Amino acid sequence: MKHETIETNAGWLIGLTLLVISIGGLVEIVPLYFIDSTIEEVKVENKETIHPYSPLQLRGRDIYQREGCYLCHSQMIRPFRDEALRYGHYSLAAESKFDHPFQWGSKRTGPDLARVGKKYSNEWHVQHLIAPRSVVKESIMPNYGFLMTPLSYKDIADRMRALKMVGVPYSESTEEYDANVKRFGEDIAKNLDILHAEENLLTQAASDNYDGNADDVTEMDALVAYLQLLGTMVDFSKFDEGHFAKFR
Amino acid sequence: MSSEKNKPTVQTTGHAWDGDLQEYNNPLPMWWLWTFYASAIFALVYWVLYPAWPIGDSYTKGMMNEITYTTSDGKTTTTHWNTRALFLKEMQEARESQKQYLEDINASTFEQIASDEGKSAFAYSSAKVLFADNCAACHQAGGNGVVGYYPNLLDDAWLWGGSYSKIQESITNGRNGSMPGFKTSLTTKQVSDVSDYVLSLSGNSVDASAAKRGKAVFTGQGGCVACHGADAKGQTFMGSANLTDKIWTIADVDGADTAEAKKAAVMNLINNGKTRQMPAWKERLSATEIKILTFYVKQLSASK
Repeated sequence: MKHETIETNAGWLIGLTLLVISIGGLVEIVPLYFIDSTIEEVKVENKETIHPYSPLQLRGRDIYQREGCYLCHSQMIRPFRDEALRYGHYSLAAESKFDHPFQWGSKRTGPDLARVGKKYSNEWHVQHLIAPRSVVKESIMPNYGFLMTPLSYKDIADRMRALKMVGVPYSESTEEYDANVKRFGEDIAKNLDILHAEENLLTQAASDNYDGNADDVTEMDALVAYLQLLGTMVDFSKFDEGHFAKFR
Repeated sequence: MSSEKNKPTVQTTGHAWDGDLQEYNNPLPMWWLWTFYASAIFALVYWVLYPAWPIGDSYTKGMMNEITYTTSDGKTTTTHWNTRALFLKEMQEARESQKQYLEDINASTFEQIASDEGKSAFAYSSAKVLFADNCAACHQAGGNGVVGYYPNLLDDAWLWGGSYSKIQESITNGRNGSMPGFKTSLTTKQVSDVSDYVLSLSGNSVDASAAKRGKAVFTGQGGCVACHGADAKGQTFMGSANLTDKIWTIADVDGADTAEAKKAAVMNLINNGKTRQMPAWKERLSATEIKILTFYVKQLSASK
């Protein structure tokens, strides 16, 4: 085929350009699906401890994305000593395997949040989100006081179905539920049930009461529920210190 | 533009569009070409040295030096070059360089650390970093806290006890402090009277008869004594505040200008209550790190 044929035919030009630029991506990405050690296996007592988000946490993650938190906060602790001392154990690939899309981020205007879960109290998070400078004087984070508005959760089942389509194991049938019980344990499996999503969301918001007001479910409840889960799904004390290095 | 410049002096691609539009086909600059060749050679060397090419469910491990590291539980492993092993090696080297100091800290009592210049210098400088990373978000960089939210660590008032062992316990397991709100169980008048009484305890001038009525509610119907004690000095086993020490951690009495504002702050607290939580740090920090922080926090307080 002559050079001129390609350059003067839009169809050929687009098709071949796409082919050439996709090679770089394909060569780097496709093998990762086949390499055993890409995603670490994290099992304690034969149950996977990394699980998809509960309905409330999922809405929190949606808000995290909506507000663009990832633009200033990464969720990726690299295996360096300085990061380990400040943030904790380096992030595992497995820890974001149910994230679509993952929230690794690429810039730290604020600190990394990969292991912020349970580091501070719920009250701290609420106060800090409403008025960051009332607790961290030098902070340049914007105020997120408007999160104290009612959370819209009527479409939660659809949101979970959408994620199910890309492989997140939310359950819609008894068989899928039973498979989740086997995989994650009953407590977690209950929260992954799409058929009871709304009910589970309300129950978690009422029992954990993240924003200090038990009467309503706010966006703050959802976001704090999500933040308090970050990085807490792997209990590293259950594994040898060198365990996860075997996956590289 | 002069017509001279439009004359092609180098080879063109050979096409002509619209009769006279042509495209130059200049050779690549040499510096660009050599950089390109160099990066190709770099890639070849990289592929040989480092983990690179996928092969089925595995990949080439590279000929780079193997890494041998020992984890803190004493297990030694040798593996192909990879960043996680490199990290564990880095942690091992740091641990070994600090080993003697950390062992000294572990083997010493708090009093011994305080009286030994070397040990306290080490504890103090490591603690400053730990405090900044973990504690300062609430207690502030200097430890002065935020009135209404987080206790001040610089004074001598300790809600949960100020001995080394109590501070260590607070950091290790966290604390949950909770005062219920009384707006449903007491009338506004009663809350007002109790507020006068509470303010009188720390030397604020109040209406004496109101304070007297407030004392009756404090010890009687309000049940305040159950937590704050008959002497209103609080009880450290449950984190109830000492109301007689002029130190206000939640109701911002010191920040209020007028007597009315002071009273409003106290009434607000009695009406609505307050729940505060200090997170547990035992899963995030090692026992030695907690010990170092305990020492530091104690040193921050006025009387040490």
